[in-house]
Parts: sequence; structure tokens; C-alpha cells
Amino acid sequence: MAIRPIIASLSRHRIAALLIVFEIALAFAIVSNAVFLIRERLQRMDIVSGVADHQLVQVQMAYIGNEPDAEARAQVDIAALRQIPGVRDVALINQLPFADRSSNGGIKLGPRQRWNTVHVAEYFGQNIISTLGLRLIAGRKFSPGEYLGFGAVVRALHSDNQKELPHIVIVTEALAERLWPGQPALGKTFYMGNGIQFRVIGVITNLLRPEVPSIGADYSILLPIRISLQQAAGYIIRCAPQDRERVLKAAVATLKRIDPNRVLLKHRTFEQIRHAYFQNDRAMAGILVGVIAALLLTTAFGIAGLASFWVQQRTRQIGVRRALGARRVDILRYFQTENFLLATAGIALGCAAAIGINVWLMAHYAVPRLPIIYLPIGAVTLWLLGQLAVLGPALRAARVAPTTAMRAA
Amino acid sequence: MGAYYLRLALRALRNSPVLTALMVLALAVGIGASMTMLTVLHVLSGDPLPGRSAHLYYPQVDPRPLARGSNGNPEPPGLLTYIDAENLLHQGKATRAAVMYQGGDVVQPPAGSALHPFVVNSRLTGRDFFSMFEVPFHYGAPWSAADDAGAAHVAVISRSLDRKLFGGADSVGRMLGFGGHSFRIVGVLAHWRPVPRFYDLNASRFGQIEDVFIPFNTARALNLGVNGTTNCYGQTTGNLDTSPCGYIQMWVQLDSRRAAAAYRRFLADYSAQQHAAGRFQRQPNVRLDDLMQWLAYNHVVPEDVRMQAWLALGFLLVCVVNTVGLLLAKFLRRSGEIGVRRALGASRRAIFAQLLIEAGMIGAAGALLGLLLTWLGLWAVRQQPSDYASLAHLQPAMLVATLALALLASLVAGLLPAWRACLIAPALQLKSS
Repeated sequence: MAIRPIIASLSRHRIAALLIVFEIALAFAIVSNAVFLIRERLQRMDIVSGVADHQLVQVQMAYIGNEPDAEARAQVDIAALRQIPGVRDVALINQLPFADRSSNGGIKLGPRQRWNTVHVAEYFGQNIISTLGLRLIAGRKFSPGEYLGFGAVVRALHSDNQKELPHIVIVTEALAERLWPGQPALGKTFYMGNGIQFRVIGVITNLLRPEVPSIGADYSILLPIRISLQQAAGYIIRCAPQDRERVLKAAVATLKRIDPNRVLLKHRTFEQIRHAYFQNDRAMAGILVGVIAALLLTTAFGIAGLASFWVQQRTRQIGVRRALGARRVDILRYFQTENFLLATAGIALGCAAAIGINVWLMAHYAVPRLPIIYLPIGAVTLWLLGQLAVLGPALRAARVAPTTAMRAA
Repeated sequence: MGAYYLRLALRALRNSPVLTALMVLALAVGIGASMTMLTVLHVLSGDPLPGRSAHLYYPQVDPRPLARGSNGNPEPPGLLTYIDAENLLHQGKATRAAVMYQGGDVVQPPAGSALHPFVVNSRLTGRDFFSMFEVPFHYGAPWSAADDAGAAHVAVISRSLDRKLFGGADSVGRMLGFGGHSFRIVGVLAHWRPVPRFYDLNASRFGQIEDVFIPFNTARALNLGVNGTTNCYGQTTGNLDTSPCGYIQMWVQLDSRRAAAAYRRFLADYSAQQHAAGRFQRQPNVRLDDLMQWLAYNHVVPEDVRMQAWLALGFLLVCVVNTVGLLLAKFLRRSGEIGVRRALGASRRAIFAQLLIEAGMIGAAGALLGLLLTWLGLWAVRQQPSDYASLAHLQPAMLVATLALALLASLVAGLLPAWRACLIAPALQLKSS
């Protein structure tokens, strides 16, 4: 297909041609950035929590005023919850990934180091590893005798009584790699607070921090501290996925029966917690998909509208060409090639615009650099869209009878 | 003349219904999308206290230990410690001032009520909170200065809590069981929903106000806990009020620029004095933002909402370019008709006016349909789970803006095609047809 006559013809319709090029460029720039943003959101939502996502439920209760024998009460509650059929494990844990509270602390590698090396999320409560379904890959869990009561730890902290404080810790693999790259973490020590020394006795694969920061999302530690309902994000119960609803109902009923004066704050599955955490990302991704669809549709209509106008305007020329021996397929190819040329020009212009928009987004919003792979994807999309939009008018052009040329003249 | 052009335009539009419908639809979708997002942006970036916001300020001092290398935030923290809050409240010169924090506790329904105990949020603050922010009362009034000073067990409750506990009756003088203590109700608020909930940006930024208001001193005496952010900079002491922990917001009313400048000097002097006494490790580092500055400093409008607004405007641009193309096709297709009119004596200006009126009519149709789509779009936004979702309603100003934007877009889109069409040489067109 000779390109020169097409370009000559286009130069007679400069405005319309430029409009199509401009529209394709805009659509390309917006669509490639929007697709990238969607991908970003979906990736964020896919993050691995480290816990058994589909097997956990949470029941959070509150006392009216202070509860005197909170620790004993907690043991009664846990024993009763374990009796519920289908319950595999129960724990009082201070926080959960994606949930609304978090306890954090700074770690120093030496006792006299001035600034913290890294900030970590501190998980405490008995029986965390088996209840959350964490995977221990080195060392051991805490033994029951190693746990200290929360109240006692707070008192020891304020009286600076090192003997009553915990000194062992379990860390995530990612944190171990950050602190001691390439070395086995077991037996290593670090310092927190006023020079309190901790020795690593176990390493778990992964456990997200509650608020999921962008850097060090799985820098978490487990401490051997026993807590009561007041410090906990509630009772965390592990059961088979299909049992969750039933166990949740039974757990609420059981806890209400033990002490009717408690107020039920929350009862939900871990999946619901996770779902709620990403609700804005999901909504944004949905909006972006909607905009992309509307944008592509509008662009297609625009191209089809202008193309059919051209076909109508050039009916006579088409007739002449047909009369001079051009086959239908030649006419069809002509319009398809013309559209391909316009789309290519639009895409070239759009590449610059897409990168420009991305640079602007990076400067003003927390958006990473657009990977170059999105440009060819966007290009193919718009080439196909252009071909699809021009097909109707081009077929109509191909049907123009050679006699049209003579009739009009 | 205008009426004639209108009739001509109508006929032209009827002659190519598909193309017309496409143009109207494209314009309407662009208008609908952008006005939906702009309305949300407009609602969220509004002034919660118009007329008063310029006189309300948020003081900050910096009690943190020395900087942690280069990655620490150089700005002073957004929350005050108890010691600083008390000092600023008693030493600063302001028309009004209130310190506050958010708590949350269990409400014990009155005896004989069928309700179960339930948890609500509380705002623990001073009486100036109500006058400074012009909070409307349905029954009763704020507690007295003596109640503040004497840490009296008094409370103001929200209208919705009054409805829930007392069926909406005047509950002033009745007792409220809250957090295991008993408070005498002195006032019931009328409906009040500042957007954003500016006075405490650590909690829900676009949510409802708290249900229970209790004097700050009472709350500290009873040790009512913080249901919000607490940031500790050093070793805690076991008592929140002597620990280096920020958890308090403070607002002051300063009626003139001079008063604000004087207050800023006071903050610096106070910091210098604390530094000299050894309590502050850093050199004086203070901020005193007025309300709107404070909202901007805290990026109150969610990033996603801004991005959506840009996206929608980009989409509108595509729709307008699209309309330009289609109008061009439509006008040039009628070259013959235009040629005849020109030959019969119509001036270029007349043709231009006629074509612009045609474009304007498409704009008007697009505006009406776009309004409908905006309304639908806002409905869709309200179904989202975000805390600002319920605020997304069409406002009169935005309604007018929608219509104007659609008309403007269609006229701008019509300019180039109309200009191109009135360049048509009459003779050539007559000859060729």
C-alpha cells in the first residue's frame, strides 16, 4: 500500500486529521496512566498478610469501667471459646494486620546507639503463632513459662526493673534480613526502649504491620507478653473457612453468657477486616475502569464519525479509483492504512503526553514511575480501537460502485 | 433572526439524529463525570466555619528530643502534651481558647430503658469549644467556667444521643451514665456537622461529631482514656499527663492579625523559656496556622479525590475534542446547503452565528443530560464506603456551574468547525452540486 497518496489526501483535511491525532494522543496518555494506576491498586490489595486470611475471626468486647481481675477473666473466656465446636485456636492479641490499632517501637543494634535503626510493629499475646497460622522457619516458639503479664511489664518498665522485663523475641524473616543481612538471626541481640536487650529465639516467615507502610511492611516482632481484653484487639479465633460465620455467632453468645455486662464492639471475619482496609483502593480502581471504558468508547465514536464523513466526502474519488481498476479490498486497505497512520501519529504524541502526566503525578501524588511496558500495551489498544472504529466506514467505502464516478460527473 | 436560526438548527439536528445523539451523549458523559468529581472536591475542600475560620488558629510547639538524623519531620508535632496544653491555655492571650482530645466509652442507658449499653465517642474539652465554633444548642447551654475550673461532672450530648436515650425530650438536668461515671446533662446540641471535622484531624476527618462532651479537667481527673492518636517521644512515666506524650489538640481565637502575631511571639518565647529550663531539647520551633491553612497543611482533601477530579477533567477534554471533530464533520457535510445560503445573501457572520447556535443547542441538551448523569454519579459516590461519601450532594452553585460548563464546552467545540464552515466558497459548492 502506497503511503504517499494517503498523506497527500490527509494534508487536504489537516484540521480533521489533527483532531483525530490529538484525540488518540489524549486517550492514549490517559488510558496508559489509568491502567497503570489500576494495576498499582490491585497489587497493593494482593499483599500477603502472613496470617491465615480465610480462617480467622475477631470478637472485640469492652467493659464498662475498669475490670479488676482481667487476666483471670481472659483465661475463663478463652477456655470457654475453645469448647465451641470447630474452634482450632484462640488468642488475645494486641493488634492485627489491616486492623485499626497498632503498637510500634524503635530498634537499636547497640546499647549506646543514638538513633533507631528501624521501626517495627510489636505483636504480643499468648499463642499468636498457632492462632494466626504463622510459619516458624528457625528457632522455637515461646514456652508457656516465658510469658509475663502486661501489668507487671508496665510496672517494671517504669521502675526500670530489667529483671521483670521480657528479653527474648521472635522476628520476621524480612526484619532479620534487614538487621543482619545474610547472617542467621538466631541468638542475635538488639535493644529497645531504655536499652532493654532482646535475644532472637525464633524467626517467622512473614507478618504484616497493622497499618502497612510502603517500606518495611513486614518488619514485625513478637514479644512474650500476656494481655487481657483491655489491651487486645479482641479474641482472635481460628477455625475452618466454612465454619467462620457459625463460630462467630457462637463466640459472641458464649462471651455474652459469661458476662452479660460487656459491650460487643466488633465481630467480623479477618477477610472483612482486609476488605474494609482496601475499600478506597477498590473504589478507585472501579472508577478508573469506568473512565477508561467511557474514554475508549468516546474515542471510537469520534473516529468513526470523522471517518464516515470522509468516506461520504470522497465518494466520487472512490468511484473514480474503482472505475480505474482499484479492487474493493484496495479501498478498504486505503482507509485502514490511513487510520493506522493517524493512530501512529497520535500514539507518538501520546507517549510524550503519557510520560508528562506520569511525571506530574509523581511530583504531586504518591505515584511511582510508569513502567515502559505500559506504552506498547496502550499503543496496541489504540491501534486496535482505531481499526475497529474505521471498519464500518471503510466497508461502506468499499461498497461504492465504480459507476458513482460517472453518475456524479 | 435568533428564532429563525433556532429553527434551522433544530431541523439540522433532526436531519442527522444519530450523529446528534452521539455528540450530546459524549458531551453529557464528559460533563457528568467531571461535575461529579468536582462537586466531591468542592464539598471536601470547603470552609467548615465561613466567616470565623480566619480568626481560629491551631498552635504547635516542639517538645521532641533532638532530630533523628535527616529523615525526621522538621515540623513541630500536631498534638500537644498535657503540660504544654495547660501552659498555653493559662499563659497565652487569646479571645477564646480550648484544649481537647477524643475519648470513647460505654454509655449506660437510664434505668428502665430497653437499650443495651453501647459505646460512643466523646470530646473532652473546655466551654469555649462551643462559643468559639458557634456550636448550636437545641436545649440548655454550655457548662460554666466554674464547671471547667472545678472539674464538675457535667455533660453536653448530641441531638442523636438525646433521641436515643430520652426520645428527643429536653434532657437537661437528667443524668448520663458514661464510662462508669455519672454526669449531669446541661445541654443538648442541635444538628451540627462541620465539613471537614476540622477540630481533630487525627480521627475521622469527614465523620459525625462526638455524642458526649465533658469538661477537659473532669476527664483528666477521672482519667478518661484517649480514643485517638497518642505519640510519645521518650520514656513514659505511667501517667499520661507527666509523660512526653502528645495527645491534645488546641484551638485559639485571635481576632486581629496583630493578636495572631503576638500569639506567635508568645509561642516562640514560651518555647525559648522551656528550652532554657531544659524541658525542650530543640530550639523554638512553632507553628500557628489559621483554620484553612491547617486543613491544607494536613492534606485534608484525600489524594484520590484530587486525582479523580483531574482524571475527570482529562476525560472532559477528550469529549470536547471529540465534539469538535464530529461538529466539523457535521457542518462540512452540509457544505451544499451553506453554499446556497451564502449565494442567497447570508453573510459569513450569519452562517457563523447559525452554526454556533446549533453547537449551543447540542451544549444545552448535553447540559441537561449531563446534570442527570452528575446526579447519578453523586448517587454512586454516596454508595461508596468512604467517610465523606454521604456528603456528596448536588449544590446550587455546582448546578449552575454544570450548565455553564456544558454550554461553554459546546461553544468552544463549535468555534473551529463553524469558522471552517463559513469559509466555504458559495460558487464552488453550487457548481459541484
